[in-house]
Amino acid sequence: MVTYIIRRLIWAVVMLTIVSIITFAIFFLVPRLAGATSESLAARYVGRTASAEQVKIAADKLGFNDPLIVQYGRFAKGIVAGADYDYGPGVERCPAPCFGYSFLTRLPVWPDLLDRLPVTLSLAIGAAVIWVLAGVATGVLSALRRGSLFDRAAMGVALAGVSLPIFFTGIVSLVIFSYGHPFRITAPGGSFTPFDENPAMWAYNLILPWITLAFLYAAGYARLTRAGMLETMSEDYIRTARAKGLNERRVVVKHGLRGALTPILTIFGLDLGLLLGGAVLTESTYSLPGMGKYAIDAITNQDLPKVMGVTLVAAFFVVFANLIVDLLYAVVDPRVRLG
Amino acid sequence: MTAPMDVTGGDTEAAPEAVVDASGGKAIQGRSLGQIAWMRLKRDKVALAGGLIVIFLILVAVFAPVIVGLLGQDPTQFNSDLIDSSTMVPKTGTGISVDHLFGIEPVNGRDIFSRVVYGARISLLIAFLATLLSVVIGTLLGVTAGFFGGLVDSIISKTMDVFLAFPLLVFAIALAGIVPDSAFGLTGDTLRVSLLVFIIGFFNWPYIGRIVRGQTLSLREREFVDAARSLGARGPYIIFRELLPNLIAPILVYATLLIPTNVLFEAALSFLGVGVRPPTPTWGGMLADAVRFYTIPHFMFFPGMAIFITVLAFNLFGDGLRDALDPKAR
Repeated sequence: MVTYIIRRLIWAVVMLTIVSIITFAIFFLVPRLAGATSESLAARYVGRTASAEQVKIAADKLGFNDPLIVQYGRFAKGIVAGADYDYGPGVERCPAPCFGYSFLTRLPVWPDLLDRLPVTLSLAIGAAVIWVLAGVATGVLSALRRGSLFDRAAMGVALAGVSLPIFFTGIVSLVIFSYGHPFRITAPGGSFTPFDENPAMWAYNLILPWITLAFLYAAGYARLTRAGMLETMSEDYIRTARAKGLNERRVVVKHGLRGALTPILTIFGLDLGLLLGGAVLTESTYSLPGMGKYAIDAITNQDLPKVMGVTLVAAFFVVFANLIVDLLYAVVDPRVRLG
Repeated sequence: MTAPMDVTGGDTEAAPEAVVDASGGKAIQGRSLGQIAWMRLKRDKVALAGGLIVIFLILVAVFAPVIVGLLGQDPTQFNSDLIDSSTMVPKTGTGISVDHLFGIEPVNGRDIFSRVVYGARISLLIAFLATLLSVVIGTLLGVTAGFFGGLVDSIISKTMDVFLAFPLLVFAIALAGIVPDSAFGLTGDTLRVSLLVFIIGFFNWPYIGRIVRGQTLSLREREFVDAARSLGARGPYIIFRELLPNLIAPILVYATLLIPTNVLFEAALSFLGVGVRPPTPTWGGMLADAVRFYTIPHFMFFPGMAIFITVLAFNLFGDGLRDALDPKAR
């Protein structure tokens, strides 16, 4: 088991390194292909008023003229050990993990990202609780009453749910429940209150995004759970469990659901990992100041250091979630460790 | 206990493979997998309805200029005369009339119907091409990995893992956002469409790659592959003539279900402002505009419903196709 964990950990680090190399290469090369020069990049740090000479010096000091691999080395070193930035007036220390400085604000990227994290965490985890409970419960009930009115209605709603983009349901929910006053249940988007400041306000501001986001995922999970339950409930061991005289509730929960849940666990890990890296669409629909909104703003402003930082942090969450799922799998299913 | 053996012979059920009974049952006809699937699909009314809507949408996209021409409303034509100049909303509230079936947009008064019709073009074009790209890359690499195994398999599988670790949406937005309006010798809509096809298609291939690889791994051990090999067939022949025909069913199902995902993806990118550039109409772009005018719901209703109906129709058809092609399904 220990070797397995170590192997997975090493692979996770390797994967993050590869992702960072590709990300860096793409965001390094594409702007240059599009005509940006070292000087025009450096000019974004020193401002428009600087003379051509100043810009050139800054470009040299920031290392924009170095080969790609040297620049990547410095970038990677900054993440691991921090870096010193020298763009003219003085040297600034950027502590690890250093993702560089924003073109626009000239503030380090990492503390900015940390500020956004609680928003995305609150959104993703709150929604995840709702969608897992609702999705799995609906899926199980549907499978147990296959062909019933409930099953057909639930699956119809679920199919519609996976076919609706969140930026459509999101706007509609805002129109009905927020802007339109008759059924107002939440503040219009854009406001976030930290949990430790005021839990009631925190939930009040998030309830609408939670439900909309959860609806989308719950629909998918209900379909998956139903399919999984239909398969496991026709297994021989279910018949054995019934033959032993176990009551139906135990048969369904302890034997049926348990078998059906493993694939759902995998998908849940991946979904949550992706969401933690920024629920881009939900956050921009509801104007929540999370990591996804941060990514969009960074891209709109062509702020490359921010874009790179947020992409890498998002990749970290995906890799981390994968790792956790793999390890959980190894605990649940001993065959995995040997493979 | 499994199903009882069929002792009386093959006259009760159609065998899944085309079995022509040589010993003489005249009522028995061999049916190919395709025929069985078609029979099942014909009985599935919901899937058929989805398929019909899909065909209808494709026709709308192909004949968009004709349809729009019949009503005489250009999708980029401003109709400022129908807009209330102080509130910037249509004078009649929605602007819905015989000329403008879905009403007009606020501010510049463009015809929503023709924009929705033209939006189908961009949406379906990108979704189809991106799916094609994913399917081609995924199938080639998946079959290669599954068939050759060993080092080739581990390299391809690890590559898939790396691809799956990319935060796809963030990355797609970033990439689509930093490419300027003229690059790689292309400009305008052609550039944006090719770029979106590339981004959406290129990052989605590992999903189908995994499925194809898994299927290939199990097919590779089957007797007919051994038989072909013992007759002297080499790698390429086995891949193209023995393996691929057996992979068509899962690939077809997956492709049908990937199209709606890609429709949503394209709409999301357009919604976020990194899709095909305005004034070319896209459903996602229309929704993004509609957010600012939430007091006039018809503006968001039509593009939103267009996305919903398209995705739903493909999902219904894809689900039906999967059930029809699945030999285990009842």
